[in-house]
Amino acid sequence: MLVLAIDTATPAVTTGVVALERAGTTVLGTRVTVDPRAHGELLTPHVLEATRDAGVTPRELAAVVCGSGPGPYTGLRAGMVTAAALAHALGIPAHPVCSLDGIAAEVDTGEPFLVITDARRREVYWAAYDASGTRTDGPHVAPPAELAARATGRPAAGHGAELYRDVLDARVVGPAYPGVAGLVAAAAPELLAGAEPAPLTPRYLRRPDAREPGRPKRVSTA
Amino acid sequence: MSRIVMGIESSCDETGVGLVRLHDDGTVELLADEVASSVEQHARFGGVVPEVASRAHLEAMVPTANRAFAAAGLELSDVDAIAVTAGPGLAGALLVGVAAAKAYAASLDVPLYGVNHLAGHIAVDTLQHGPLPSPCLALLVSGGHTQLLRVDDVAGGITELGSTVDDAAGEAYDKVARVLGLPYPGGPPIDRAAREGDPAAIDFPRGMTGPRDPKFDFSFSGLKTAVARWVEAAERRGEEVPVADVAASFQEAVADVLTAKAVRAATELGIGTLVISGGVAANSRLSALAAQRCAEAGIELRVPRPRLCTDNGAMIAALGAHVLASGAKPSGLDISAHPALPVETVTV
Ligand SMILES: [Zn+2]
Repeated sequence: MLVLAIDTATPAVTTGVVALERAGTTVLGTRVTVDPRAHGELLTPHVLEATRDAGVTPRELAAVVCGSGPGPYTGLRAGMVTAAALAHALGIPAHPVCSLDGIAAEVDTGEPFLVITDARRREVYWAAYDASGTRTDGPHVAPPAELAARATGRPAAGHGAELYRDVLDARVVGPAYPGVAGLVAAAAPELLAGAEPAPLTPRYLRRPDAREPGRPKRVSTA
Repeated sequence: MSRIVMGIESSCDETGVGLVRLHDDGTVELLADEVASSVEQHARFGGVVPEVASRAHLEAMVPTANRAFAAAGLELSDVDAIAVTAGPGLAGALLVGVAAAKAYAASLDVPLYGVNHLAGHIAVDTLQHGPLPSPCLALLVSGGHTQLLRVDDVAGGITELGSTVDDAAGEAYDKVARVLGLPYPGGPPIDRAAREGDPAAIDFPRGMTGPRDPKFDFSFSGLKTAVARWVEAAERRGEEVPVADVAASFQEAVADVLTAKAVRAATELGIGTLVISGGVAANSRLSALAAQRCAEAGIELRVPRPRLCTDNGAMIAALGAHVLASGAKPSGLDISAHPALPVETVTV
């Protein structure tokens, strides 16, 4: 089956067309630009370019897989609403996958590892995986220092591991960002089973900043 | 052959999807107008919280589109063009609608038009009252904008004559409501309270109406402060605040300035039609006073029904239809959201 993968949970604007079979995945066309401020602009043009590279039209796609974060909000939403609208217009299912799982699916260390991405505001998103790549903890958001004890000397993928190398002292392994093959692989069991997709709900992991107002400020000086 | 235009709006706290039919004679017919509002989620904060609005847009976008197609009895494949609010508005909120519109346009293989929200507030009137005469004058009043515009062509010929130099009219309503202990948004509760009050009870200032002030600009910040001062003084004297009288007198000051300036502009520029739109256009005193003053001055007044005046997708679909009919070039699929898009820029 032809699957369109999308992820905008990291600075990378990632999309591509992947052929998924029981035997595995084949990337037919992909477009990735690392620019944290251009998710809204670049994603749909990238989708059209990637499908063209794959030699298919959007109508031939059987499903969309979308990274649901965790990720900084604005960019994450660009990918998720794009996936939702594409799936709606094409009449195909859209499956969310944890973006950290999309990275983990392309890690091959043979031992337990972490995936760490940048959450901005001096924090990271992270999750822990066992040697087979199954998520055992997370995703969470935390200051890198809180993660240092678990990360030191351990293999860690995701651009957060590199960004906070000084604090974490992890053994940085690839990839830095979710790849289209990894995203589709993370959703493969449910795609191949034809399972009903979970709702496309973003993993924000933080509440919006908003404070309830107190009494109106006095304007009289007297 | 008539064409179907889908309109998507997400500039503030309403997720709107509208569907219209552009007929061969250039008239535009409303087919669906579905809105999901996050206003209740903002109420306890006393104003729109951008992140809360953006989250709500993402959740509501596809369900709202689904409702619109069901209401119109149309399929997505019936769509011939898509229009989306490109600005002005909240950056993160706009981005959700723009990204959705691109995805719909790409997968349906139809042209995309990124359009101006403010022009949409004017274009929406054609759904109810038919084609706009050229030129006409438009007064846009809402929580986010207060502008007086000359409209030669809603699809590309809009000139700003004046705007607020501080608060939007609707913002003044929200702030005064807070001072009076009324809920957010302030427009409807102040309008309701004012019905029981005396509009001449308190002589609140009319901002920007001095002989040296710009003729067509507005200012509501001084009025808002004057109301707060008056209420504080009454409280200091231990008096009960006459909420109805304060609301009525405040509302009278707003309606007086807005209508006086609009009618003066129409008269001086020799323009025979005034359109009042935006959320505050639904205010009962504003429309009554505008009707009275326009009648006296021989000006035709057009006010879309309240449902069309507030933010919605139908206004964007209507504008998109007029832009499509004008033969304008579609937008690229790489357009950005423009939080500060000037009113003169109808398409991006
Ligand atoms: Zn508006």
